[in-house]
Amino acid sequence: MNRKLLDLWVGFFVVLGFVALLFLALRVGNVSSANFSGTYQLTAKFDNIGGLKVRGPVKSAGVVVGRVSEIRLDPTAYEAVVTLTIDNRFQFPKDTFASILTAGLLGEQYVGLDAGGDEKMLKNGDVFGKTQSAVVLEKLISQFMFNKASEGTSQ
Amino acid sequence: MLEKSFSAVTAFIQGVGHRVNGALQRLGFAARFFVMILVYSGQSFRRLHLTIREIYFSGFQSLLIILVSGLFIGLVLGMQGYETLQRYGSSDALGVLVALSLVRELGPVVAALLFASRAGSSITAEIGLMKATEQLTAMDMMAVNPIARVVAPRFWGGVISMPLLAALFSAVGVFGGYLIGVVFIGVDEGAFWSQMQGSVDFRYDIWNGIVKSFVFGVAVSLIAVFEGFDAVPTAEGVSASIKRTVVNSALAILALDFVLTSFMFRGL
Repeated sequence: MNRKLLDLWVGFFVVLGFVALLFLALRVGNVSSANFSGTYQLTAKFDNIGGLKVRGPVKSAGVVVGRVSEIRLDPTAYEAVVTLTIDNRFQFPKDTFASILTAGLLGEQYVGLDAGGDEKMLKNGDVFGKTQSAVVLEKLISQFMFNKASEGTSQ
Repeated sequence: MLEKSFSAVTAFIQGVGHRVNGALQRLGFAARFFVMILVYSGQSFRRLHLTIREIYFSGFQSLLIILVSGLFIGLVLGMQGYETLQRYGSSDALGVLVALSLVRELGPVVAALLFASRAGSSITAEIGLMKATEQLTAMDMMAVNPIARVVAPRFWGGVISMPLLAALFSAVGVFGGYLIGVVFIGVDEGAFWSQMQGSVDFRYDIWNGIVKSFVFGVAVSLIAVFEGFDAVPTAEGVSASIKRTVVNSALAILALDFVLTSFMFRGL
């Protein structure tokens, strides 16, 4: 076989392979959200994290600003300590409110950040002052039932 | 009586020892052979067209079977995935299912299995026949190193082709899933792609899939060239070594896949 033709076909094959890789990286996966340029870490303490997982998203106003990088239990206070890795481009005020929310009715759980009005910003290693734990469906239902029951007795 | 049964037991143990010895010797030879390939790679890369020729034969010529199988696997995944997901009312997650199963597992593994039977067997047949017709010995006589001239280009051709073929397999498979899910069944196109992009991570999913296919490429190519080089130089011997290439490659791929998966995806 002619060597030039051979080079052409092999070049075609290699280019096609790299196009496929590019398609996987850009269209199937999401490169931009996977590697933030620079990050800093914040810590939030929750009474209950529900179904939050490591690598779960951290969102502010619905936009992904970071990922959950570590979840552990504080053995003295029995609180869940969640470490969040946030993109450097996003700075949050000191009184930002961190809560665990659910995407959709049965979707994955994520950490939502509601920015406050403080002029000082949270720095690397800071702890959120105010947090709200995950809503546990069973607790909600039992609370509802309990309220209904107490309404019934008062009448 | 006792002596007879005693000698039967020794014969059995002797048989086991003989087999283990033989297997270990072959394994040792394969390891030395691998090192030899790496040592003589530089020499063979100086004549790059040899490797390019092998990429053509094992990579480019496998394109058709890889693309067609990838498309059909994607189509089937789309149908089966939809059938199961719609029971739970979450057919929007079809893209996630198709993309993750292809990129993490099916792409690297099935592409490597196809590659082993399509390209690995032909490499073994080629080298085995060269040995049977004493072409390798003739090269040695002419002071041409057969490992640098014949083995190393085929090995590197396979190693370079394999990740590209696996990526093409996954990409075509995702397209097949899109074809069935969005075009035929009518899953929402925006949800299909955005959910997929939301849950497929480049570093974690795609990169690990590429690493897998690279490891499979090394394993399949090494088995193929080794079995060819180690073939008994008769028609029967070459056919037996082709059979061993296909069987051993398949087993190696599946075993390595288990090991790699347990290291890569532990669910954290």
